[in-house]
Amino acid sequence: MPRAYVPAVIARQPWGVLVPLIALVGFGSAVLDSAAGGRFQLWSLSHLVRFCVFLVMAMVIARLPKELFRQAALPVYGVLCALLVLVELIGGIGGGSQRWLNLGFMTLQPSELMKPGIVLVLAWFYSVLPIGETQSWRALIPASVLLGIPAGLVMLQPDLGTGLSITFGAVIVMFLAGLPLRWFIGAGLAGIIAAPIAFFTLLHDYQRRRVLVFLDPENDPLGSGYHITQSKIAIGSGGLWGKGFGNGSQSHLNYLPESHTDFVFATMAEEWGLIGGFFVLAVFGLIFRWGLRVAKDAPDRFSRLLAAGMTMTIFFYMCINLMMVMGLAPVVGIPLPWMSHGGSSMMTNMICIGTIMAVERWNRTAPRGLSG
Amino acid sequence: MGASKSAQKLPLTSAILTNRFERRTFVLGALQTGVGVLLAARLSYLAVAQNEKYQAASESNRVNLTLIPPRRGWVLDRFGRSLAANRADFRVDLIPDRVIDADRTMQTLSSLLDLSPDRVRDIRDKLDKARGFQPVEVAASLDWEKFAAVSVRLPELPGVIPQKGYSRFYPAGASVGHLIGYVGTASAEDYEKERNPLLVTPGFKIGKDGLEKHFEARLRGVPGARRVEATASGRIVRDLGTREDVPGKPIQLTINAGLQEYAARRIGLESGAVVVMDCESGDILAMASMPSFDPNSFSDGIGRIEWKMLSEDDHVPLRNKVLRGLYPPGSTVKPMVAMAFLEAGLDPSASVGCSGGLRVGNRVFHCWNRRGHGSVDMAKAIYQSCDVYFYHFAQKIGMDAIAAMARRLGLGQEFPMPYPGQSYGTVPDPAWKLRKYKKEWAVYDTVNATIGQGYMLVNPLQQAVMASRIASGRNVMPRLLLDRNAPLPAHMGFRQDHLDYIHAAMSEVVNGRGTAGRAKLPVDVLMAGKTGTAQVVGLNIANGKSGLWKYRDHGHFIAFAPFDKPKYACAVVIEHGGGSSAAYPIARDVMTYIFDPAKAMAVLEDFEKQWGGNVQQRMAARYAMFAQKYGASAPAAPAPDDDSLTERIGDERKPREPSAAQTAATDPRPDADAEAGAPQPAPATPRPSSPGAASGTAANPAAPAAGGQ
Repeated sequence: MPRAYVPAVIARQPWGVLVPLIALVGFGSAVLDSAAGGRFQLWSLSHLVRFCVFLVMAMVIARLPKELFRQAALPVYGVLCALLVLVELIGGIGGGSQRWLNLGFMTLQPSELMKPGIVLVLAWFYSVLPIGETQSWRALIPASVLLGIPAGLVMLQPDLGTGLSITFGAVIVMFLAGLPLRWFIGAGLAGIIAAPIAFFTLLHDYQRRRVLVFLDPENDPLGSGYHITQSKIAIGSGGLWGKGFGNGSQSHLNYLPESHTDFVFATMAEEWGLIGGFFVLAVFGLIFRWGLRVAKDAPDRFSRLLAAGMTMTIFFYMCINLMMVMGLAPVVGIPLPWMSHGGSSMMTNMICIGTIMAVERWNRTAPRGLSG
Repeated sequence: MGASKSAQKLPLTSAILTNRFERRTFVLGALQTGVGVLLAARLSYLAVAQNEKYQAASESNRVNLTLIPPRRGWVLDRFGRSLAANRADFRVDLIPDRVIDADRTMQTLSSLLDLSPDRVRDIRDKLDKARGFQPVEVAASLDWEKFAAVSVRLPELPGVIPQKGYSRFYPAGASVGHLIGYVGTASAEDYEKERNPLLVTPGFKIGKDGLEKHFEARLRGVPGARRVEATASGRIVRDLGTREDVPGKPIQLTINAGLQEYAARRIGLESGAVVVMDCESGDILAMASMPSFDPNSFSDGIGRIEWKMLSEDDHVPLRNKVLRGLYPPGSTVKPMVAMAFLEAGLDPSASVGCSGGLRVGNRVFHCWNRRGHGSVDMAKAIYQSCDVYFYHFAQKIGMDAIAAMARRLGLGQEFPMPYPGQSYGTVPDPAWKLRKYKKEWAVYDTVNATIGQGYMLVNPLQQAVMASRIASGRNVMPRLLLDRNAPLPAHMGFRQDHLDYIHAAMSEVVNGRGTAGRAKLPVDVLMAGKTGTAQVVGLNIANGKSGLWKYRDHGHFIAFAPFDKPKYACAVVIEHGGGSSAAYPIARDVMTYIFDPAKAMAVLEDFEKQWGGNVQQRMAARYAMFAQKYGASAPAAPAPDDDSLTERIGDERKPREPSAAQTAATDPRPDADAEAGAPQPAPATPRPSSPGAASGTAANPAAPAAGGQ
């Protein structure tokens, strides 16, 4: 389509990501409609409405100037940490674990917001860190503290999935910031050694059980292994072309638990088959390619780290969720971006997208190579 | 790696970091691609390679198959009357796994279904013992109102399953308990063996004993099925169709249902067995062992009071005495021994003088009639049951010929009957004794064997076969499955004049000067027979006629009729009946029934008035008494689902071969009651453990030997 005939307002939009996103959300709402047994209002409607609302929010974020991001990084991080502490305190008073704050009109889950938050603050940190210090402890220790506080608080809730997600985002930013490779290798080795110890000492019983069940789901077919087994049945029974829209017996007869949230991919694969699964993977592939390309094209260190970190945060969501529903990872409560029904994850992911879109806008105004 | 090393040496510049960023971003991109490929591969593996497996799993999730227990094949008698049938009924079951609050559920059910406290306790016992998959029957044969009452309250009764079905029904009740066996819920072991989901379907019963067990495969049939689509929580979404069950195939027996029931009822308060055979074909017309259990109530599981009642009864109702009861046959072996003599060439008119005993060496072996029978030939020896005659000629002919004849006529033999664990007893001979006790055969052993005592042990079926073979001279085998086209069994090769001689002598027992004059049939048919009295303990303990029940003599009678053209043979054994006089009136009435049922029935009904009702009424009264007495304290049934129940009980009290060799001859008991005693009520024996049940006359006093014996 010749650009000249398209209004500038429309041509300016980042269609490279909007088209895949709309496709994914549209497909997701169709799957949710089927999972609800044809009741569109139950989940699909709110799914679409949320997407529209958060898309507007992302557009707004995309228009914010780089300086605002830089200046807001540390305060936003501080507020989020304070909220995490607050959640912990309320949970302590209420007895039992609580992960959200009730704001009256919506429930806010600070740990969700911390996922892009940690990327933002670390991108800022490495952009202000003198280049020469990148190889020294000064590049590591403050970053570790910045990561340690929220990650520790989230793990205390206890919410292993989100904790790992935050850590993953932070490590990615550190990796891309150019910290020596041997640190990562060393940490990886330490992790391999520490994992068994942590498994037996740090993890809660239910978390340990989830890991054990993941290793052998048939061992507990009616308990925690039920989720994985039923999910695999749903995906496997779909075959190449699926059972057809609205014909998924696993989800419709309630054999598949959480068919509209964490296991929405299984619901989809049962009805749309391998083809549907490939479609979803391909669309995610387009989004990630766009994200990393934006990062690579970014003119400065801050934007680069920000865009890549945000992309990888979304990637982590998708990766863990799909591995979980296919029986490659333990059951952790991580939803599939833009397909699972749920406001918090939609908001987080749209914040990530909005931020990457902002970086893309900065790329256009500041040509690459002039600043570093 | 190289890049980072060189970076350490050179001062870092923004360009180096950018370069590093780009390389590492590429690594991340590759990582994403790798994960994407991994996910795609996993997805393909699940959806394509394992599609079939998961499709099956999904189907088995979706479709809930409810088996419909097949109707069991009927068991018919030779005329097509039902011995075991099916009755449509409403029932209520419990699935232990799904019951949430057992106490509350049982409370509700007992008020809805009017369950007695005993029944509730029985169900609780089973509920506690049951494995998750095994349904426990709460009540069967319900009427529509009760069934509906439970059905409408299902939401508050998780684990309760009301259903329509069929239950096994035995019209003749206890009379056929041992003949047919019973059915029951499959046990965990049954399920382990077969792994058939039908076994754990509520309402399905498998054969536990007798014919029901032996012909399980034939009687079972093919289950129907109802396919429904159900949600994970079990809510039925829609019906996918129903397949009807295929009823099991019927089996037709040689039994005459009327005769079977008559024989069982006629045994009355005694503990005994009656076998009636067609002596030409070997068809078993009746095979009763009493007292018995009611297979109808066994099929619902054995309650604790019922268990206590049956297991404490010294008349061992759980033992099939026809096949598992072993008794010294007493004088009923004498026609057989006489046959051995005839075959060995003894002239039947050869006589011996009986003076009440026979001296062999320095020992005297007594005749039952101490005053002696005078000159005795073979016929008199049979109809007067003279022991001395047999002692004398047995010494001459030898034990081996007698033992061979005993085996030829069926004693000590195991017959191919569809029941497990028959006891087939002993026919002793010198070789056997040497093998078993490492001792030489002695004179007293022969003496004992010729009068059916000592080591000699037989079961009532063998006695009936012996009577049949003597009667027809054919090698009859007992048959239970009707086969109208089966050829008659071959002749045994006896000389007809030998048979005629024995038949005439046996007729004399009943119709002439013999030991069972009162056994004469009240119809125009002459019956031939032979009495037998087998002692249980020595004279030093009891006289065999009265006193403690368990010390009384066993009463035997074998018979056939008509004597000149034998068609029916019969054997009666009455445990501790006090002598053959307990047995032959029963044989007489049972044989009468064959020729004139109405006449026989009238006699029986008179008796039953004295006995306190028919079998069912007496059992019910006994149950009520036990329930009243032990209602709260009866112990839980030890193994209500154990299908070897009757076998186990049988074994406990089986007569055993003496562990040491016998060293003396048995003193024979008077083997006839002559024409003493006026109208004879069947000897009613008070049962020690059944207070109130026995109200008949006392056992007949021993008739002093009179001339006509």
